[in-house]
Amino acid sequence: MWQAVSVLVALGVLAPIASLIWLALGADYAHWQHLMQHVLPDATLNTAMLLAGVGVLTLVVGTGCAWLVSAHEFPGRKVLQWALLLPLAMPAYIVAFAYLDLLHPIGPVQGALRWMLGYSSPREWRLPDLRSMGGAIFVLGFVLYPYVYMTARAMFVTQPAHLMEAARMLGESRFGAFRRVALPMARPALAVGLSLALLETLNDIGASEFLGVNTLTVSVYTTWITRTDLAGAAQIACSMLLAVVALVWLERRGRRHQRYGSAQRMRPIQPERLRGAAAWGATLFTALPVLIGFVAPAAYLAWETAKRLRLGQGISSGLWTSLANTLTLAMGVTVLTVLAGLIVAWATRSGVSTRHPSRWQARVATLGYAVPGTVLAIGLLTPALAVDAGVARMLHLPGLPLMSLGVVLVVACTIRFLVIPVGGIESGLQRIPSTLEQASRLLGETPLYTLARVHLPLLRPAIATSALLVFVDAMKELPATLLLRPANFDTLATWLYGEAARGTYEEGAVAALLIVIAGLLPVVLLARTQSGVAGAAGDSDAFAHIPDNPS
Amino acid sequence: MKHRISFAMTLAALAATAAVSAHAAEEVTLYTTREPALIQPLLSAFTAQTQVKVNTVFVKDGLLERVKAEGDRSPADVLMTVDAGNLLDLVEGGVTQPVKSAALDSAIPANLRGADGQWYTLSMRARVLYAEKNLPLKSFRYEDLADPKWKGKVCIRAGQHPYNTALIAAMIAHDGEAKTEQWLRGVKNNLARKATGGDRDVARDILGGICDVGLANTYYVGHMKAAKEGTDARKWGDAIKVIKPTFANDKSGGTHVNISGASVAKHAPHRENAVKLLEFLVSEPAQNMYAQANYEHPVRKGVALDPVVAQSIGELKIDALPLTEIAKYRKQASALVDKVGFDR
Repeated sequence: MWQAVSVLVALGVLAPIASLIWLALGADYAHWQHLMQHVLPDATLNTAMLLAGVGVLTLVVGTGCAWLVSAHEFPGRKVLQWALLLPLAMPAYIVAFAYLDLLHPIGPVQGALRWMLGYSSPREWRLPDLRSMGGAIFVLGFVLYPYVYMTARAMFVTQPAHLMEAARMLGESRFGAFRRVALPMARPALAVGLSLALLETLNDIGASEFLGVNTLTVSVYTTWITRTDLAGAAQIACSMLLAVVALVWLERRGRRHQRYGSAQRMRPIQPERLRGAAAWGATLFTALPVLIGFVAPAAYLAWETAKRLRLGQGISSGLWTSLANTLTLAMGVTVLTVLAGLIVAWATRSGVSTRHPSRWQARVATLGYAVPGTVLAIGLLTPALAVDAGVARMLHLPGLPLMSLGVVLVVACTIRFLVIPVGGIESGLQRIPSTLEQASRLLGETPLYTLARVHLPLLRPAIATSALLVFVDAMKELPATLLLRPANFDTLATWLYGEAARGTYEEGAVAALLIVIAGLLPVVLLARTQSGVAGAAGDSDAFAHIPDNPS
Repeated sequence: MKHRISFAMTLAALAATAAVSAHAAEEVTLYTTREPALIQPLLSAFTAQTQVKVNTVFVKDGLLERVKAEGDRSPADVLMTVDAGNLLDLVEGGVTQPVKSAALDSAIPANLRGADGQWYTLSMRARVLYAEKNLPLKSFRYEDLADPKWKGKVCIRAGQHPYNTALIAAMIAHDGEAKTEQWLRGVKNNLARKATGGDRDVARDILGGICDVGLANTYYVGHMKAAKEGTDARKWGDAIKVIKPTFANDKSGGTHVNISGASVAKHAPHRENAVKLLEFLVSEPAQNMYAQANYEHPVRKGVALDPVVAQSIGELKIDALPLTEIAKYRKQASALVDKVGFDR
């Protein structure tokens, strides 16, 4: 039964991808010569540079901050440990345009610099343009580092202190112990966080296009929109998907034989109090990402909004409707995604007598995140609307009921974000010893009852974290929403996009601020789940005396 | 099983309420790639005049794919988009239907609509030169943008943007592919910054001292120059003046114009209302709104321009090349942009 539903979910994810492959096969390959000669080398190089840059930046900032707040005590740590998650509430495209305004030659930053240096006009002196590879890495890195920070911190907080202490006794410095013990143990968590950040980067169209960085994703769009060659676009998208799958597979293979963590109740690492310059250095290092990724762009949006209100330009009623729509959509997507993720993770958990070694459904479930949003939506159009027409015929309804009720849109977002709960709940399940399940089953309980009574309470933090992440992501979702929404249905993101496309960013600022404010609540909740993260490791008192799972 | 039945019943009930509310009043469904805020005033006026409710779906990319996939159950009545090439894509994609209407034919010149009534122009915009307001520049040819004297002084949005590919396509039609490629390379060498951002960024970057000249669409000029005193947009608009460029080889001395337009969808459930909406959009009051609220150039003769547009741009002399001719070279233009690495 579990298996069947899980296979069904996996097939649901595969449907749009299969239809993309079908599209790709339907084209000739004549244009590949042009692509190979003029487009792909440059786009591939740009994509690789962007991924490398964002990867390094998110790893350094995310891991560094996570280690500082987990293992040290310094001024501001209490606030910073949750504030570091705030950039999650910021869509990358909004941050990009905020910085473009802030750092423009006629913007406040360069204006102040010119005033200090005694120049009167930007024609005499100005900073290099943000619209560059460096600018894109800067923006995306500081928006996406929380993915790494979150997973790394969860890992550091639950690492047993005695391993670090052993390393210190053997003569390692504090940093050496971090590098040789804590970091290798956190590797799977870092890999998960990093892959989320990198897939977000790969998916991004708004920020990189805005900053003039032509990635492969941008060429997919160009091929489709400008050359009206959907099949060609599908071919590039499928090739990208292949590369992503290969990378993910390599990464998993690399740690096939490694086991991490334990479910034993352990003394977590005791934060060490830093003093003097070191303490303030730590404060500065952890405060900067919050300032760059959240405070500055949010302050800019608030300022722009205030300016609008001062000029007597009110907030249109359409904006409030869009806010309600956004919350409804995010809610629906969250419920469906977490439910589907739970089913897939549970059905493919280790310890179940699975004959298929790779537990393919769980792997397939993560594909949706690896395809650019619009391309995924295009792939979904054909199968979803075929089902829709079938349902309508069966129930003798006119038109396309599932599409017009927004069901198709919710399903699309679910497919896109399924990786988050599947990954989160999977790693949560891995940390629950299978002895618990065996005991429950020996006592005559059904698998469902065991899940409900034994695992769900232990999984609560993992589920809450996944749900909040999906919620925030669904609030920011743009490409699939743009293509699949029903008539008269706007979300804040589509509203903002419409304003930005019209070139009236000032009006978009209000919508952007609302997205950020509405996204703050889930992020703050997420931070609270995170601070109680010690519980996420499943080390409630129930585990006090359970020996490690000998697998 | 019980769940499945109750689900089906809920769905049926929901769809039924949707259907009932739909038939309670006359309606028409518009799929548009134009930003809703641009056309909302027009649609409200239409509803006020005809009591027909307009449902809108703003689909930025993938309008054709969506309507195709929806097939004969599609609720779309009217498909609205910008750029002649996009309109022709809809026609070639087989999602439009021919319409015969005396009102449309009399309002829209023959070269601005499909011969068989498959598409109609609703408004026009030209691709013009924004120049720093104190530049001693009186006239300009598109070809001049590649002149080395503008080195490091040109700003323009991405070459792959439809507004630019249409212009480059017109260039190919006038000057041939080889000359156009040379021209593109020349313009690329003159760029002051990456070809990116939007059309308003040209004015903003001219104010910011990044560049002196750039190509952009006319209606942004109206939006900026007519913006409230003290807003950023107004400052950008006040920093520039506008010159209507011509083509070197072209006898007519016209400027490159693109359009916004619409078609009636092939499976339109409310075909009559769809035609009604199109006819309203080319009527005098609606064309006035296009001119006054959106700062576009009306397609209907005798409709006054917005005063700001009239003063800073004036009437358009349209390049004589038919839009259908320009659209033929669109893919070639896009390939050229790749070839010279314009957006790199």
